[in-house]
Amino acid sequence: MVHFLNQVGAILWKDILTEFRTKDAITSMLLFGLLVILMFHFAFEPDSLETEKYGPGLLWVTFIFAGMLGMNRTFAGEKENDNLQSLMLAPVNWGAIFIGKMLANLLFMLMAETVILFCFSIFFNVNLVPRLGWVALITFLGTLGFASAGTILAAVSMNTRMSDVMLPILFLPVALPAILGAVESTAAALTDPPGEALGFWLKFLVVYNIIFITLPLLLFDYVLEE
Amino acid sequence: MQNEPKPVWEAAAEDESGSNGSMTPSHAPAPTTPVIRLEGIEKWFGNTRALQGINLVVWPGDFLVLLGRNGAGKSTLLRVIARLAKPSSGRILVREIDISRHTDQVRVQLGFVAHSSYLYSNLTARENLRFFGRMYQMEKLEERIEETLRWVGLDESADRRVRGFSRGMQQRLSIARATLHGPEILLMDEPFSGLDLEASALLSTWMREFIGRGKTILMATHDLEQGLAFVNRWALLEKGTIAEELSGDPGKIRERYKQFLRERRGAFS
Repeated sequence: MVHFLNQVGAILWKDILTEFRTKDAITSMLLFGLLVILMFHFAFEPDSLETEKYGPGLLWVTFIFAGMLGMNRTFAGEKENDNLQSLMLAPVNWGAIFIGKMLANLLFMLMAETVILFCFSIFFNVNLVPRLGWVALITFLGTLGFASAGTILAAVSMNTRMSDVMLPILFLPVALPAILGAVESTAAALTDPPGEALGFWLKFLVVYNIIFITLPLLLFDYVLEE
Repeated sequence: MQNEPKPVWEAAAEDESGSNGSMTPSHAPAPTTPVIRLEGIEKWFGNTRALQGINLVVWPGDFLVLLGRNGAGKSTLLRVIARLAKPSSGRILVREIDISRHTDQVRVQLGFVAHSSYLYSNLTARENLRFFGRMYQMEKLEERIEETLRWVGLDESADRRVRGFSRGMQQRLSIARATLHGPEILLMDEPFSGLDLEASALLSTWMREFIGRGKTILMATHDLEQGLAFVNRWALLEKGTIAEELSGDPGKIRERYKQFLRERRGAFS
């Protein structure tokens, strides 16, 4: 277990170092996310009632599409010099590769989402401070599910001819339950007082995460091996 | 300090001046335990059979070259031995350990040098080695990294990003990466491809050192001009099978291989 965690840590640290030097994923996610929020703001000019109704959906659509830009980069570094093969050659449990990559995705998405969320609260005039705990928990759970499903699907699509297009096609149907859970729980959290449905949707997200962390761990060997 | 390994470029210089004959591979009678034993290896990609009925025994100290045209199955065979691809049928034993059952135990003993450098270009040379060292759970990693960087002559460039390295420097670092964990067997897939003369000379010298230590190299190539002076065994691959196994003088092997290619060309014309 210690070896496994060491290897996960090494992969995560390597991806963090690479990202902070290139800023490829975070920059593209941030710019795209902010542009979408801005466009939604000018397109709808929402009042408080509309924000309550559509805000959570718009927010998570922004998270998802911005996140996919980052996820498309998940294995870019590993493809550059066939580095994935060097990882596969090492005495590494390939599950460690999955977890390391998934945690890196989670971290980068959460960083971008923090800024997007801040801008969302300004442009849509939503005071998140009283519900910050709930919003943070929902954002974490929703993003964990996306990062997990997105990481294995990025691995599946990486060797396809049009991997940039293939990832969204594979990812969106799989992520649909998590999108639903995240949108509904955010909507429940933003009402005052938080809606009764919040507990149900949070449990729903937890179950989704358990499934989409366990399944990829079991399947990742098959995805990587020819 | 006297016991430190020489940087490979110094060894190459000695090599060119004709000194140092102690690194030639030992061609002693084969020991009883083979390093690698392939039994009936087959590999299918869909309906295409890439390897068929490969049986091969490799002994410690062997420098075995897999020769053949593009598509003959050389790289696939190396990938199957490295467990980058699963064989469709057959068995691979490394030091009598079945690779399909004890993959990690075998992987520790293997190093792989390919045409691709397997390096992260946005990390420094030291960070690359540190990362791979952590993957192999190495002890005294920092010492080993320093030693290896000195050995390949990259100690002064250790903290530069690989992106700025020349192809020759990348290949040296690639060798450092492949041998950092002290493998007993080195698999090399067209390692001379894209190298300039100086880098090729360095690689040849380094391979001679490796074999001189009683270790084993399997190299796939279609280039008969590079680094073959210390080869003791040859396998000619054709359509996924070993068509001929040869040993002896590289000059004669070269002639035989050319003849082999002419015969095959004749067969297809």
